[in-house]
Amino acid sequence: MDWTAILLTVKLAALTTLLLAIVGLPLAYWLATTRRRWRAVVDAAVAVPLLLPPTVLGFYFLMSTGPNTAVGRLYGRLFDGTLPFSFAGILLASVVYNLPFAVRPFASGFAAVDHRLIEAARCLGASGPRTFLTVVLPLSWPAVLAGLVLAFAHTVGEFGVVLMVGGNIPGVTRTIALAIYDDVQALDYASANAASALLVVFAAAVLGVTYSLQRRPLPL
Amino acid sequence: MTLLDVDFEFRYPPSRDSGGASHESASVACRWQDPIGEPRVTVFLGASGSGKTTVLRCLAGLERPQRGHVRFGDHVWFDAERRVHLPPDRRDVGGLFQEYALFPHLTVARNVAFGARRLTRAAVAARVGELLDTFRLRGLEERRPRQLSGGQQQRVALARAVFRRPKLLLLDEPLSAVDRPTGDELREELRSLIRALAIPAYIVSHDRADALTLADRTVLIDGGRIIQSGTTEEVFDHPASAAAARLVGIDTILLGRIAAVEDGLARVVVAGREVRAQAPAAAGHEVALCIRAEDVALARHDVSDSSVMNRWRATVVTEAMEGPFVRVGLDCGFRLAALVTRDAWRRLGLKAGDEAWAIVKAATIRAMPRN
Repeated sequence: MDWTAILLTVKLAALTTLLLAIVGLPLAYWLATTRRRWRAVVDAAVAVPLLLPPTVLGFYFLMSTGPNTAVGRLYGRLFDGTLPFSFAGILLASVVYNLPFAVRPFASGFAAVDHRLIEAARCLGASGPRTFLTVVLPLSWPAVLAGLVLAFAHTVGEFGVVLMVGGNIPGVTRTIALAIYDDVQALDYASANAASALLVVFAAAVLGVTYSLQRRPLPL
Repeated sequence: MTLLDVDFEFRYPPSRDSGGASHESASVACRWQDPIGEPRVTVFLGASGSGKTTVLRCLAGLERPQRGHVRFGDHVWFDAERRVHLPPDRRDVGGLFQEYALFPHLTVARNVAFGARRLTRAAVAARVGELLDTFRLRGLEERRPRQLSGGQQQRVALARAVFRRPKLLLLDEPLSAVDRPTGDELREELRSLIRALAIPAYIVSHDRADALTLADRTVLIDGGRIIQSGTTEEVFDHPASAAAARLVGIDTILLGRIAAVEDGLARVVVAGREVRAQAPAAAGHEVALCIRAEDVALARHDVSDSSVMNRWRATVVTEAMEGPFVRVGLDCGFRLAALVTRDAWRRLGLKAGDEAWAIVKAATIRAMPRN
């Protein structure tokens, strides 16, 4: 088995999940609570990766982040490097691609919190962020956890986006899913089998844990 | 003297799938000033959909009106022109909400201390202890809200609302969550607690019992507008309009035109019947006549030799027990409600479909000119 690829995959999934927590939680809270017209547009934009083939998303990501694009130039000035065919590139693409898998569970969890509790918190002197941390999160954590787990698991199994954006550079952008593909191409079925079995066990474990958490009430 | 100066207009957004309550008017506009020095209790009384809750939400900062201002002493809470709109947490208010909205994931003690800011642990503990004593919650500190009775929940909600010593208490339908007997009990308790707190309070309610028992002052809201305000006695004894009369619980309101005025007494024709009442205007004016059910007497036969001016032949339509009384619905050409004792009702031996006479003294009918 390609342990370098496995480690790289875990690193990618962990960082993607972390970034999704930072970006996705506030975004989901905004989606769940705002009454602005913009909501529907943003909601739809977040959901787009659910419908697009990963290769399409990867293709446009590649086109819009190359060294001659505005994003590419800005990135080059800030970090001295390029996004395509780098770890940072697949990380960013992963975050975009996985946005709906994290944000949608988050948002539905937040929307299920009785809005009267949120208003009560505000009227009792809690600011917006404080209300989020002390009332909303504690009451919606199973949904938040589900979103994070789904995003992590989904990143682990990602293929098209990583291939398009990252190429297939061992130790840099070659994730386990790409390694399996390479193994099969090289007719190394034993290695492909081992890695695939690992992913199956992983997926089953993740779903089992997530589902049981959904049914459990708050750990009081 | 600190003054609460309110003058705003809130327009409801064009109804989308907001899922909120339906409103009978497109906007809520109100204007009043209150000295805040003394701990007065004001009840906003209105039917559901009248906009009373919106008034409270605008005061709290949960809604943003399109026009006007809300000033609390020197503090500007809201000013449409200056684009000032403080969020609820920056207004000096404490809130008690429909069904109490206690935090289900926090213990009683943590619910009470929810508003704590920039306080040492010891200071928080001291304040919580003080409030647990005031609100008789000792021993319940570690319970969760769902393990409490309705009365205990109300006390936790109130203790939580006053933790920060707010300058204003806002209560939204405080007793709507419980059944009637429990509500009566909790209302008594709420009254003594609010009195003890000595914080000015604004209470929104659809239940006139709340106004009668809790309020120093009653504000009537209808169609998004304040239609009358004054001391509770004043408002209940002298409703200024038909809508106000309906809100304060006048049972029958008849609309008619004054046919003639004789010796200060008006003859009003309603559905072909003549009604006599003190004349509020000259002949030809439209009037609303308010008749309380308890002022209507019943008889089996006409009592033409009495002093009573209004005697109408009627048919009994409905009867309903109401404590020691029976509420009788009558058809006299117009609908009329009468409240008689059970004993009297038994002696009369009337039932639905029977003929009877409704008797009302002219002096008990309140006639109001209609605009």
